[in-house]
Amino acid sequence: MTPAIRRRPFLPLFVTPAVLVAVAIVAAMAAILRYSLHAYVPGSLDVGGLTLENFSDLGRPIVLRALRDTVLICFETALITLIVGYPVAYALVRTRSLFLKSVILVTAVTPLFLGEVVRTYAWTVVLGNSGFVNATLRQLGLIERPIQLMFTELGVIIALVHVTLPVMVIMLAAALAHIDRDYERAAQSLGAGPVRAFLTVTLPLSLPGVVAGFTTAFAWTFSAFATPQVIGGGKVGVVSTLVYQLGLSSFNFPVAASLSLAGLVLALGTMWLVRRAARPLEALGGH
Amino acid sequence: MRRGLSTRLLGISGKVLVGLILAFIVLPALVVTLAAFNDRAILSFPPAKYSTRWFTRALTYRDFQTGLWNSLVVTAWASTIALVVGTGFAIALKRYAFRFKAGLEGVLLSPLIVPHFTIGLGLLVLATGIGAARGFAVVVLTHVIVVLPFVIRSVYISLQNIDERLELAAASLGARPGRVLGTITLPLLAPGLVSGWLFAAILSFNEFTASLFVTGQATQTLPVAMYGYVREFADPTLAAVSVIYIAVTALALTVANTFLGLGKVLNVEQGR
Repeated sequence: MTPAIRRRPFLPLFVTPAVLVAVAIVAAMAAILRYSLHAYVPGSLDVGGLTLENFSDLGRPIVLRALRDTVLICFETALITLIVGYPVAYALVRTRSLFLKSVILVTAVTPLFLGEVVRTYAWTVVLGNSGFVNATLRQLGLIERPIQLMFTELGVIIALVHVTLPVMVIMLAAALAHIDRDYERAAQSLGAGPVRAFLTVTLPLSLPGVVAGFTTAFAWTFSAFATPQVIGGGKVGVVSTLVYQLGLSSFNFPVAASLSLAGLVLALGTMWLVRRAARPLEALGGH
Repeated sequence: MRRGLSTRLLGISGKVLVGLILAFIVLPALVVTLAAFNDRAILSFPPAKYSTRWFTRALTYRDFQTGLWNSLVVTAWASTIALVVGTGFAIALKRYAFRFKAGLEGVLLSPLIVPHFTIGLGLLVLATGIGAARGFAVVVLTHVIVVLPFVIRSVYISLQNIDERLELAAASLGARPGRVLGTITLPLLAPGLVSGWLFAAILSFNEFTASLFVTGQATQTLPVAMYGYVREFADPTLAAVSVIYIAVTALALTVANTFLGLGKVLNVEQGR
């Protein structure tokens, strides 16, 4: 008798709800595409005839600047997050104490589940002119006037690093956890010091995780809205804040839609480039 | 093995570095907690006088009350629907071969990469097109889409831990597929289902960007109400709400962790 499990019982029951959700996702993306190709009728949510004008609207300096700044901010954030996240991931995987392991895990991961609004607000309290950093520095007598951190790119990047750090730690730790430690022991028994063993064995072997973490951090930063909006305070224009402005303040759905698409293409393109550029590097650590 | 002084120094500086980074991670939560119990409306560190008046104001502020209620309704619906949809799909993904499997998986996991503001805008224009904008149905659908990848992952990982021979044994003893599913597969999956549901609930309760696009005055969720508040007022009421948020999220995560190790869900446990 063929076991029942091989006959795919309930397949339609299992898959149909998922198909419905997938249809909604595809329909939403199709709606964006449709709006991006139709003319904007001021004062109305309906659209006019077919046009490519929305995309040529993207050539305006303010939009180009936002696109460029977004890619730069995402790149810087992903890079800093990588450098800050690596030691934490390493400690998480390598510490022998179970207690320390769970402390690191819970500390590093809890912010992942806290929404952007809570975290962004918390950072305004830290970075503000009368906030934690400035108050502490002033009491220590290190500064007289507050350092301007709110409404600056630096402030936005600090908060964004904090937002993307958990996911970076998770992806790096996943890669590090699957490295066979015998390779490292072999290098050390052949006379390599811990630094050399790390640089020539562990680091190259963890490169797939580095690339995955970097691209995910890039995508998350690209998606961030509350952080650049609140901490940037209008001084730091990125794609997400511009889409919001166009879509919900001016109700210009067509241009908002074409900017979303351009942003998506730009993000996917950059991530693809990063992966490609990293391929020769990964070959170094190939198995 | 003999450990030289330089190796020991390296170890110590590594520990200090990791400690500093962890401090950076928890800093905002600590600072916001301090601010929430500060008696004065203007932020100052350290607070001169402590009080719980901002908690009282947070709990009695009308927008937060309706926002909380809306959030609870949306979260309950979205996490439950996502659990049903995600469980079925994870089982199909793990066990069966079917047409368009990879394509369907790609579409359902795409919210991990497609920015939430794009998803929100797409669903807003879609809903506007069919005259359902700003309704609860669209908000719930948006949340289902955004949290589904995490449910699929949780359930899929628990499925990997189930010994399929138990199902085969039940089937060979004459149990029909429905009985195998109800008495073997689903009970064995229970920890994965609970943690998947909890993850979905936590993420949905915290979701903001996509919600900002699809909610209206009557349907705004708590994070959207908080965003509205931060733009208008600068007192520590929001710090009080944040503290409540942080406490609830940490509690829910601890519960999820006991049902199914976080390390396992996040795939960060050392293999050997």
